[in-house]
Amino acid sequence: MIEEMNVVKVGMADLNICISGSIRTTGLGSCVGVTLYDPLTKIGGLAHVMLPSSEIAREGSMNLAKYADTAIPELVARLTEAGASLSRMHAKMAGGAQMFAFSSQHESMRIGPRNIESCREMLQKLNIPLYAEDTGGNYGRTIEMFCSDGRLNIRSVQKGTKDI
Amino acid sequence: MALFDNLGEFKLDVLREIGNIGAGHAATALSRLLDRPVDMDIPKVKLLPFEEIAEEVGGAEQVVIAIYFRVEGDAPSHLFFMFELEPARRLLSELLQVKDLDEDNFSEMDISALSEIGNILAGSYLSSLADFTQLAMSPTVPQLAIDMAGAVLNYGLIQYGEMGDCALFIDTKFLQDVRDIQGTFFLIPDPDSFAKIFAALGVPIE
Repeated sequence: MIEEMNVVKVGMADLNICISGSIRTTGLGSCVGVTLYDPLTKIGGLAHVMLPSSEIAREGSMNLAKYADTAIPELVARLTEAGASLSRMHAKMAGGAQMFAFSSQHESMRIGPRNIESCREMLQKLNIPLYAEDTGGNYGRTIEMFCSDGRLNIRSVQKGTKDI
Repeated sequence: MALFDNLGEFKLDVLREIGNIGAGHAATALSRLLDRPVDMDIPKVKLLPFEEIAEEVGGAEQVVIAIYFRVEGDAPSHLFFMFELEPARRLLSELLQVKDLDEDNFSEMDISALSEIGNILAGSYLSSLADFTQLAMSPTVPQLAIDMAGAVLNYGLIQYGEMGDCALFIDTKFLQDVRDIQGTFFLIPDPDSFAKIFAALGVPIE
């Protein structure tokens, strides 16, 4: 059963949805991977969020998937378009690590915790319950969500593998 | 990204030379440590989408030993010094003259030795750059992580995230062919640091 499964890959500052198989993103450091899942239609989506807020954007054409406050609404829109319902969706998230314990005062170095915070706020604003999370720490993660049951598999070098 | 739209071949050459000088001195330092010749590749200067940067060291999930320095001073930057696990083990056994290194784990002593090697190499990389550019550049204490390359490099890309989906970096591989000790330096200057580097070297900014 596993060999025929198709895997949707999501890059850094990217998002996508999947209607069968699984969806995954690799090498989450201070980035946060947010998954949304509708258990009835079994449609899920994943956003690889890099920065907490689009207010700091200095770019011309904005990449919505990059910022927590734009990526989650965009992901909801894509899922709804595919037939999922916002009222049934629940969320899981992982990542937001602090890769290096850093002494400098530079605020942008605390990006992991700020990403987590911002994602939580955004989910709350949209009334999407956060079922589970594996965030923080000082290690990288690769995550994969399975559309069949909404399970989120998390792999890391230091802490092994687990499902949430 | 507007900042890098008009980065002509000449400027890329300047950045390549920066990688050359820095890594050249670092390779010399490593060669002294090991008492063996150490070669290096021609530095690569690339403007790459975030997703592809980790490909330079074997993909986002490749487990690496990364020694990270935040460079402070006139031209703030991120400096990463990366090994895959096997080459790191070979480097340690060569340097510490240990024959039976633990197969799976790095001891506290190993980690400390690797950090120190990183420190020496980063020191020579940066001091040669500082001499060349007359800019003040000093590294923080080394931070070592054994983790996925993507997650580690992520750290150096945050400032670029605010302005686009690409980052400019200078990457130099060095190797010691006899025993196959290979590592990579990544210098990722903050976006605002390029203007200072170019100004310091008298490169006109149009």
